[in-house]
Amino acid sequence: MNLIAAAAEPAFVVPVLLLDISLLALLVIVAIAIVRMRSLFGIVMLQGVYSLVSAAWFVSLDAVDVAFTEAAVGAGVSTVLMLSAMLLADRKSSPVPMRRQLGALAVVILAGVAMLYAVGDMPAFGDVNSPANSYVGMDFIAKTAEEIQIPNVVTAVLASYRGYDTFGEVVVIFSAGLGVLLLLGLNGNAGRWEAKPNGQVINDRTAPSAAGVEDTRTVDQKAEGDA
Amino acid sequence: MSDWFSQYNYIVVIILMMTGLYTVFASRNLIKKLAGLSVFQTSVFLLYITIGKVSGGQPPILIEDKGYGDDYGSGGDGGHSLLDGTIQVAAGDAAYILPGPGSDVLYSNPLPHVLILTAIVVGVATLSIGLALTVRIREVYRTIEEDEIEAADFVYNLEGTAD
Repeated sequence: MNLIAAAAEPAFVVPVLLLDISLLALLVIVAIAIVRMRSLFGIVMLQGVYSLVSAAWFVSLDAVDVAFTEAAVGAGVSTVLMLSAMLLADRKSSPVPMRRQLGALAVVILAGVAMLYAVGDMPAFGDVNSPANSYVGMDFIAKTAEEIQIPNVVTAVLASYRGYDTFGEVVVIFSAGLGVLLLLGLNGNAGRWEAKPNGQVINDRTAPSAAGVEDTRTVDQKAEGDA
Repeated sequence: MSDWFSQYNYIVVIILMMTGLYTVFASRNLIKKLAGLSVFQTSVFLLYITIGKVSGGQPPILIEDKGYGDDYGSGGDGGHSLLDGTIQVAAGDAAYILPGPGSDVLYSNPLPHVLILTAIVVGVATLSIGLALTVRIREVYRTIEEDEIEAADFVYNLEGTAD
């Protein structure tokens, strides 16, 4: 009954409401599937699906620029990055016993309940007069028409009013690229290079069984360690 | 209950955020952790964007006032009006329909959109660093499972603390 009453108000247009609710339901299903899935390929693909569905919801929320970026960067570039990392690393994740997840579950439920408690103080969905929608954002809309004179307010704020912020973003991208290059190198050997920490090769053959921890170090290293 | 329904977006987004966070905390596989982090991040984006939504609003792309009266939404006669608009902008006397008293157009808040645009790109940067670290860890430990990494740390004395 409340749902119908709310839908009758002009704030809730029924088709839009149904669209929003079905997109949100899809997002919840995909998120839970990610939690339960063990195949990394499936997880990576579902993460891309999650980004794409949220991009669809961004369109419904009037954030067309964000939807565009999320679809291109979140669903596209991230998925490609994660797929390539997965190919260089592993395909499967091993299961974690339930008793080792209880701590995480408790923390997450506590944080969730705390946030749900705070939801009562948030403005209603789509409230025109909420504090967030009243001052600065509306100023940007008015000033963009006057000062920048381009129709897209998001572009005006991004490139002009907050231009230094966007410059900082470019610096972050540059350092991230630099970091990836420093970590993986340019020789095309990423992921296949066999590292020998302390002169030891780590693999299934050299791994000592868990029962007896044997010393795999070379004689020289032993002498070094004892000295 | 009606109050809660008018805020259903926050409730669902909190559930999504907590699902992502749970994946980060509970899974022991580094790539699955990063996927969970990505889900968490996208959910935070959703939270910000829902705050900026104005019901009955339009995307924050200003509608040009062409003097057609009320039918600004109908698109007019295609290419011709578009050309008109460009010339007006170049001449610097473009007039846009702004929200306010006497105006029946509403725009959603552009500010969260800008913040989230930056955050999406920075998120991909951090994700790529995390994935590069994962690949690098795999080169040394031959595994990306945290438990096995810790075991190898202990067995091979890689942290160099015991001796």
